Order: sequence, then structure tokens, then C-alpha cells
Amino acid sequence: MGFIIDRDLYVPAIDAWIDPSQPRPRAIVTHGHADHARAGHGAVLATPETIAIMKVRYGPDCAGRFEPLRFGEALDLAGARVSLHPAGHILGSAQVLIEAGGQRAVVTGDYKRLPDRTAETYEPVACDLLVTEATFGLPVFQHPRPEDEIGRLLKSVADQPERCHLVGCYALGKAQRVIALLRDAGWEKPIYLHGAMARLCALYEELGVPLGPLLPATGMPKAAMAGEIVIAPPSAIRDRWSRRFPDPVVCQASGWMSVKQRARQALVELPLVISDHCDWGELNQSIAESGAGTVWVTHGREDALVYWCRKQGLEAEPLALPGLDDDGGEGGE
Amino acid sequence: MKRFADLLELLALTPSRTRKIAALAQYFAEVPDPDRGLALAVLTGEMDISNVKPALLKETVLAEVDETLFALSYDYVGDLGETIALIWPHHGAGELPRLSELVALLNATSKAELPRVIGGLLTRAAIHERWALVKLATGALRIGISARLAKTALSRMSGVELQAIEEVWHGLKPPYGELFAWLEGRAGRPEIDHAARFHPLMLSNPVEERDFERLDPRDFAAEWKWDGIRVQLVLGRDGVSMFSRTGDDIARSFPDVVEAAMGRAVLDGELLVGHDFEARSFNDLQQRLNRKAASPRQMAELPGFVRVYDMLFDGDEDIRALGWEARRGRLEDWFARNPQTRLDLSEVLGFADWDALAALRRQGAESHGHEGVMLKLRTAPYVPGRPKGFWFKWKRDPNVVDAVLMYAQRGHGKRSSYYSDYTFGVWKGSEIVPIGKAYFGFTDEELRQLDRWIRANTVAAFGPVREVRKELVFEVAFDSAQKSGRHKSGVALRFPRINRIRWDKPAGEAARLEDVAALAGAT
Repeated sequence: MGFIIDRDLYVPAIDAWIDPSQPRPRAIVTHGHADHARAGHGAVLATPETIAIMKVRYGPDCAGRFEPLRFGEALDLAGARVSLHPAGHILGSAQVLIEAGGQRAVVTGDYKRLPDRTAETYEPVACDLLVTEATFGLPVFQHPRPEDEIGRLLKSVADQPERCHLVGCYALGKAQRVIALLRDAGWEKPIYLHGAMARLCALYEELGVPLGPLLPATGMPKAAMAGEIVIAPPSAIRDRWSRRFPDPVVCQASGWMSVKQRARQALVELPLVISDHCDWGELNQSIAESGAGTVWVTHGREDALVYWCRKQGLEAEPLALPGLDDDGGEGGE
Repeated sequence: MKRFADLLELLALTPSRTRKIAALAQYFAEVPDPDRGLALAVLTGEMDISNVKPALLKETVLAEVDETLFALSYDYVGDLGETIALIWPHHGAGELPRLSELVALLNATSKAELPRVIGGLLTRAAIHERWALVKLATGALRIGISARLAKTALSRMSGVELQAIEEVWHGLKPPYGELFAWLEGRAGRPEIDHAARFHPLMLSNPVEERDFERLDPRDFAAEWKWDGIRVQLVLGRDGVSMFSRTGDDIARSFPDVVEAAMGRAVLDGELLVGHDFEARSFNDLQQRLNRKAASPRQMAELPGFVRVYDMLFDGDEDIRALGWEARRGRLEDWFARNPQTRLDLSEVLGFADWDALAALRRQGAESHGHEGVMLKLRTAPYVPGRPKGFWFKWKRDPNVVDAVLMYAQRGHGKRSSYYSDYTFGVWKGSEIVPIGKAYFGFTDEELRQLDRWIRANTVAAFGPVREVRKELVFEVAFDSAQKSGRHKSGVALRFPRINRIRWDKPAGEAARLEDVAALAGAT
């Protein structure tokens, strides 16, 4: 059976590429992470939030032209209909639905199903062909409740008031989500930010996601940072940058942190299992709910998910897409 | 159990040694008997729940989880206990019993019932408790905690000297009620059977070239550094023990040595194999070390003996406070009074100055395969641990060979999920034959680069092992090469380690087997 998109995520009917890793005349971009959104395309079709994120990160002229498309609205092009549906991964993140010739194909991009007030809530989309990510595509990944993980962080802060907690987070999405979770758990004090976080936090607030008082982490006297929480990129928390803080507790918020040996390799003292991707059970659930008879599995641990799909009687195969995150980073950020 | 699981997690993740010791000390001070004693047994590797083996745990899990998915997961996580903790698919309410009840339950459950009981426990446990449960049940902790760290925490908690704790340690059994009673001042020091008692060893420091400027050769005695294993012989009233350097009694594996020993003393020396006190290679010794009980044939072919170099007790008299020279005198007198067939005295080497000793060391390495020489301060008392300035080891320079990477395997523990375990080989005619295996010893960045190279250059996979293109050259250092019938190449390297990755060097320029075999001929 022929499909309306090919294995490079190219849609011939409208001459468009989904999340291409090289500059293309027309790109449909699922979300703003760097392994999905790149500068230099002729046209970018994405949600208004994703377009705003791309402009902040790559500059206002990072594409020849922008075609904003809101969730739920459909764009009828000659040959196919395109619509975007919430993926729940980060602000503006979308699943792409292509409809043509009586066939429905969904490319999930990165997605998660747990509620998160910094991203539009995931909606299942029925389709014939599902292209799903598999970042956490092994049954060892059973993500705990993020509220409980934030509870562990706050307990550690309360138990060790003389130390500063440095939470490693990717700058786009994870940082804002951790801040929102802290606020929802009742942490009202200022949260301190590494410089790399500031622009994107400001953008989230502009787009209607309140984050509470935020201050730059640098320039404070060392002693004043005891008992405080600092959000910084993972690369900074183990670097010289972190020496300005009193006896820091190195924390990292990531789905990978469920594997203790991974946390030890990364020299993380307090791993927080907070993921912006589906865990194994949620991947299984999403595939089943989509009703798709064919599943293509992209970046991550494809083997296990492909095996599982086939056991369910589905057609399934792994896609080897260039440039997508393989191992270790979350969302390539 | 929750408290113990919390402790294990903290120990696994806290990089600071001081903080680990503080957490352990707090645990031992706050948790009641017998739970804390059992925790101590787990941490020091003295716990044995004999019916629970990794295979049984795996069987328990495979009743609930697809085998292929389990295999893919284990390959990714790299640690069986952690894979089981993370993959167990059932979550139930309830709490785990306390540590002592848990140990009693596991010990009392029949083999046939164990999968059901363990499954029930896994379902009730939180994820980090499952991890602790599996570690507890199998005894394989792999969290980088040494027995010594646990004992240091006992010392911190009680104010009792670490050495005093180590001296009684090997006579005690879990759950260590009398040990805690003593540490808390509720009872006297536990009485230990003299023959079962291990006296912590005195260890040496490596010597650097620049150290020689401030060392006077007249103050030091020199001996060969023997390539066997360090043992302590306790020739007691009621029997003979032979302890390894970590305090395991290995007397059962060497009845030929212990039954022939005469007299009473506590001696320090090197266990070797060979006829007429002619030491054979470490490979030969290893054949006997791997056996719990020795066969008559092995004892005839590879008779054991101990080359003695120090004396801690002369009869019942503790002579550790005497200087080396005085102890050596007592040791020689003792040998004269107690003729031996499986013990001999380590030779003291004569030398005029450091240059002369350097020449001797080189000659010993080249013509006899000695590992190097030991330097001992003539006035030094016998002090457990690694005191500064008393004993030095002066190792021979390592040999170096350029070898080609052949196979890589995922590591365990800290290196899990990286390809960090390597088999390498050299040219034999036009093919490459393996000569050894080593772990990677370099920076995390190099490890990542290498891991990437391996993933990109895999030609075949056999379970966890990948065969790679024979294109990458390692500079491998090793202490010596020995002839070996067990290896296809006919040689085995002693202490191989990867010095450098030679990204620049073509595989065709790697070493040939003849070059390595020539080194083996010298030993």
C-alpha cells in the first residue's frame, strides 16, 4: 500500500517536508527544539507559538516566510489537507495530520500525555499511518508523577538549607515546566536562572504562561544562594559556572534519570524523573488509540516498540532519520 | 526496608565521601538491631541469601514480561537489578517489611515458592525499594561502597579507632549484635578466636623517580616484588588460616600449604605456585585460585608455597611495634627453629646505591619476570593501612604494544550502557588474533567518542558483544606477557590497560604476534 508521506517524512502531494534536517522550500515544523526546527527553510508551516520560539532562537528572518496554523484549523492545499493537533511536549508542540486520497497520516513529533500547564494538552488523533517517536521506547521507562518528583526536590531543599540546589534543565520547555511545577507546589520565592534560560522564559510569559518571580543567578553573593533553587542547562551545572554557589546539590530533570547508573554517570546527586516524552505505557496506549494499521517508529529505542507493534498485529518498521536525537539528550536540546 | 533503600540510593548518588560516611554513621546510630547489622552485612558483602540467584530473579520477571523486551531493556540499562526494578509491571499498595523480617522471609522460603514471594514484594515496593530489594537479595551492590567505608562510618559513629574495628571484624558474624554493643559502650570488646583472626595488612606506596633524592639507600632494605597474591598465614593453637589481603580465608583451596606449615606465628608473605620454591607465572597460580577445593592432580602439578617476608606475631607475642630489621631477625630465628617444606624466606637484596638497585630491578624484570622491587624502611614498625614513607613498591616499567580493537562489550556499573570493555588483538600472518581484554581507563569524553565509533563500525553482534571493523588501534600497556594454552594466540598479558587510542595509526602498523611472544619468552 502506498502512503501519502514517505520514509523521509516528505509529503509529495504538497511538496513539503516534516521536521527536515536540511533547508527545504517548504517545511512543516512540529515544535521548536533544535533537532526538529532548523533555520533556513523557504517556508515554515507551524503553530504561532512554534514560530515565535523559532524567531527568538534563530532571529526574525530564519525562514523565507511563515505560515501560522492554529490547533484545530485545517489548511486545504492542492492535493492534501494539513492540520495541527496538540502534542503536549512543549509550548506550541504539534502533531501533524495529513489527509489525502482518503488516507490519514499522523506524525507525532515529540509528545507526552501527562497534564502540563506550560503546553497544550495532547489529543489523540485517529489515523491510518502513525509516525511515532520512541525516545523512551523500552518497558523500563515508567515515568513517576512529576508532582512527586518536585516534592523530592523541595524536601531536599528543606533538609539541606545550607546548600544551593542546581537543577539541570533544557532551556526550552523543561525549564519552564519545572518552574511551573515548583509554583504549583507552593514555592513562591524567586527562582534563579542561568542566562541561557532568560529569553525563553520571557517568551513563555508573553505567550500567557505565568512563571512567577525570576532573577538572574549570577551576581548574587555566594552565601545568599543557600537554600535557593537555580535552573541552568545541564552542561553548566557541572562546570566552573556552578562554583559560585554554596555546596551545590546537582539535580537534573529528565526522563533518563530513572536509570540510576545514568544519573551516576552524569554525576547527578538528585535525579528528578521529569520527562517531556511518553513513557512505554503511554506509547503503547497512543498507538492503540490512533487505530493506525501501520506504525513507523523514529528516534529513540525503535527496536522494542517495533517488536511490540508487530506482536499487536500491526505493520511496523523503524525509520532512520538523519539528525534526530539518538541517545542521551532529551529532545536534542 | 524503606530506610535502607533510601540509604542505598543516597550512597549510590552522593559523590562526596564525607557525606556518605555521615549518612552511614547516622543510619547505624538510629536504626535498631538487628536491622542495622544486616544492613552492615549487605554493605560489606557478608550477606548471603543462598536461594536467591540472579537466574531465579530473571525467571520471576520473565513470567510477567516479554523475554525479548526484557533482553532489549537489560542491554540498555546494563544492570540486572536495576532492569528488574524498572521493568516490573505491577504496582500495589502496602509497605515492605523491615529489613530483618525481609531477610528472614527470603531465607525461610523454599526455592519453589520464591518467585511468587519475590513477585509480591516487588509489587508492593516503590521503585527505589525494588532496586534495593534486588541488590539485597543477590548481594551484588555495585554502588561503589567498600567494606572499609562502612567500617569507617562505624568508627565515626562510635569514636572507636578503625584499626580496632578491623582487628575484630573477621571474627564476627551478622547481625553483629556484640559489635554494636561494644561500639556503644554497652559491652567489652568482642572475644575473637586467635586462629580465625585477621590482622589488617601493611601496604606500600609507589615510589617516583624524584623521591630518590631525599631517600638514603642505607636506611632501606630491598626485596623482589613477587607476582603472586598477598597472604597472611595465621599458624594458631587450634589450626591454620590463610587470609587474602581482603581477609577472606582461602586455606581450603591450599591444603598442601597449610597442612605442611609448622610452628606458631602470624606471617606475611606471597602465595605462589611451583616446585622447589621456583615461582611459576601468575596464570598458573590463577588456575588454583579459581578452585574452592584443590584436586590432587593440581596440587601435584602446581604445588603452592608461601614466600614469607614479615612476621606480625612470634608465637603469641605481638611484635608489630618492632622495626623491620628486628622483625626480620625474629623471622629468621623462627625459620631456624621451625623447618618448613612449603614456606621459605624472601631474599634480601644487597645494593650500594639507587643506581645499582635500578640495574638489579631491570635485570630481574628481564631475566626472571619480577614485577619490580620493594623498599622497606629498616626502622619501620608494622602499621596496618598505607602509612607514608615506610614501604615503597618500585615497579618495572610497563611494556607497550599497539593492538587492534576486535570486540566491544557494554560495561556494568558506572560504565553501563557504554561500550567500555574491549578485546584487542595483534597480527598473526594476515589475521588478527586476540591477546587480551581491558576496560577503558580514560576520560568520559574519550569513552563517548569510542562508544560512537563502535556503534558506527559494528560488523556483527553476539548478545551484548559487538564485533567491530578491525581498524582502530589501541596502545596497550601491560606488566608482562606469559605463555598461555587457554588463548588462541598462545600468550596472555598481565595487567593490560589501554594507554591511548591511536586514532591516527593504521591497523596494518599494529604489532605482530611474534613481537609479543618474544616478550613472553623472557618471563
